[in-house]
Amino acid sequence: MLIRATIPRHLVIAMAVLLVAVLGMSVYVWRMRARAAALPVEATDSRPIAPPVTGPTETVTLFMAQDDDASLRAAAAQIPLPSGRQERAEELLRALLTRYLDKNSPHPMAPGADVRSVFLVDPGLVVIDVTASFADGHRSGILVEELTVASLIHTISANIPGVLRVKILVDGKERETLAGHADISGFYDVTAVNQLAAELQAGQ
Amino acid sequence: MRWSRTSGRVEGDSRRPRGLKPGFILHSYATLKRRSSTVALASISLSLLRGSPWPSKNHRVARVFATFSVVLFSTVFFSGAAPEKHLSVYSVAANYSLPLLARNGRDYVGLLELLEPLGAVNARSDGDHWRLSYNRLQAEFTAGKSRVHIQGRDADLSAPFVMESGRGFVPVSSISTILPRLLGGPVTLHEDAGRLFIGSVATHFTASLAGENPPRLVFNFTSPVSPTISTEPGTLRMTFSREPLVAPASPLLTFGSRIIPSATYSEGNGAAVITVNSTAPAMASFSNDGRTVTISAASSVAQKAAPVNSPPAVTPSSAAPPGNSPSVARKVFAIIDAGHGGDDRGEALSTSLMEKDVTLALARSLRQELESRGISTLMLRDGDTSLTLDQRAGLANSAHAAIYVVLHASSSGHGVRIYTAMLPYETAAGDDRGSFRSWTVAQHAYIPMSQLAVTFVAAEMQRRQIPVRTLLGPLRPLNNITTAAMAVEVAPLGSDIAQLTAPDYQQLVTSAVATAIAAARDRLGAAP
Repeated sequence: MLIRATIPRHLVIAMAVLLVAVLGMSVYVWRMRARAAALPVEATDSRPIAPPVTGPTETVTLFMAQDDDASLRAAAAQIPLPSGRQERAEELLRALLTRYLDKNSPHPMAPGADVRSVFLVDPGLVVIDVTASFADGHRSGILVEELTVASLIHTISANIPGVLRVKILVDGKERETLAGHADISGFYDVTAVNQLAAELQAGQ
Repeated sequence: MRWSRTSGRVEGDSRRPRGLKPGFILHSYATLKRRSSTVALASISLSLLRGSPWPSKNHRVARVFATFSVVLFSTVFFSGAAPEKHLSVYSVAANYSLPLLARNGRDYVGLLELLEPLGAVNARSDGDHWRLSYNRLQAEFTAGKSRVHIQGRDADLSAPFVMESGRGFVPVSSISTILPRLLGGPVTLHEDAGRLFIGSVATHFTASLAGENPPRLVFNFTSPVSPTISTEPGTLRMTFSREPLVAPASPLLTFGSRIIPSATYSEGNGAAVITVNSTAPAMASFSNDGRTVTISAASSVAQKAAPVNSPPAVTPSSAAPPGNSPSVARKVFAIIDAGHGGDDRGEALSTSLMEKDVTLALARSLRQELESRGISTLMLRDGDTSLTLDQRAGLANSAHAAIYVVLHASSSGHGVRIYTAMLPYETAAGDDRGSFRSWTVAQHAYIPMSQLAVTFVAAEMQRRQIPVRTLLGPLRPLNNITTAAMAVEVAPLGSDIAQLTAPDYQQLVTSAVATAIAAARDRLGAAP
């Protein structure tokens, strides 16, 4: 009786409307939060942003892993390549991984899979340092892992002459395997990888 | 533009290279041939035969002739894909292979890439001039010119110097002119075969016949060799891709034997090949640390015992590798290793199916199949236990078994994949010292035996119509195992992952493996 006497009717209505709006917004925010939590991969994608590449566009041969028939296929690509050998190697692998990260990828990889850097160490040694997402999100299996390894190494050796051995690091550190199977603790013999690549290209 | 070996960069400015890269040409050609040749040929031929552009009946002959020409040209063009040419280089510092570039009907090789493994080298381009520095020696080349200056002296190339993307290319035929001046020592070029020997690195061999029934052909090499061996009816071929093998006095060797009458030596595209002609199935075995290869004609008894789909004949070393020496007491014949286990779950085949569980079921099935054939086994894990890769290798090696089989399962692909070890890079077959073996390449001496076992298993899988593929695999602990070793990765035949847990499918695969091992038992070593 006291309220009716002191608070005007239009203010009571306004308060009720505001209360309903607050409750509605709370429900909406709660649902948005749940939706954001359902996308953990994108949220933790810490892929470094590569600087724009400068240099003339060149045609290179990328050796793409194909999951459908478990083979390795050569594919020509036009990519801008810097002049330095080391930078060229990095851009080659980035071009390869860009294709693997595409939604129509023949050999899908986890978001965030990237090459941190490539080091050319004389004589004939190449060190490929990949991101943690590359290995952590990689599918497990002997064949699927060796397709990745063969694709990386054969692409490098086909486009950068004089490479004899390759070492793969993950986030700057040594690992025993890529994703539980392919051994990356040692140095890959490029001759042996080329032999494997030939077997994979043959498709048997 | 300047290429610095120390920084690994090309510095400075240069004109943008024109023309296509050799890799692109090869790839485009191969792609065109593979994907489009049939379609293109059919389209062109059809359009000609339909003949809408041909105005009168008199042109029918011309139309048919044109169609025939298109078919003939296309057949010749698309069937003539030559393999990529290589130059194999053998030197004390390194053995390596370089791709050749075809320009103006000649083969060219990158001079910088050729010299890089041999010493300190850098190059710099300035307009049409390309200056090379190798171990303080200077050389200057000019694009499109044959005359070069090396340490102030002139020399002539057999064809003009080619410069592309700042890289300098010289004709292969001129290597024997240029390199001695830069290296200060002799080089031997086998131009037609694409093989270059720098210094005294050649590996020589002799061949002699020993024994009569069955005859054995013994090859002795001056350095260890590891050829790829393949067989066809009537021949056994050894291909030496990495060894600086050189020809004997005569490329045709005759032995006066009815069963092994002759052998021939040939070279081509960076490799040397010895072909042994034999009227009976032949086997190759290695001994004397890879310096001796013995070719044996299989006896009639062995022929009868061979399976229907007989795999290529490769036998284990007769040099008594430690794990297979008859003097070593063998407790078990086969080691069965269920991949993963414990904390290492392997691949998540589905939300509820882990690879480690499937491999254990496969291992148990294989044990049953082997033991039912009278073959003693040892399972490295028979429960959900964790074993490191080194522990697995140590346990397997200490058992002195004749064969090691590690089982894996996969949701990718179909059927069965069988792997032999792809060894990591090691110089001179690792750091073997006397009877001690380098851990990382311990499998090296046993690879022929592993390949033998794999060919038996693959043949048995094929006989049972199970899709099978044999590959090299960078997979530990295969490279640490001192006996015949293989990894068997089992995938479902279709898209249903649940098939991996089906007992009948598991038994189909494991019984094929067991049957093959039983068939190869005599060659792998006598069972205890």
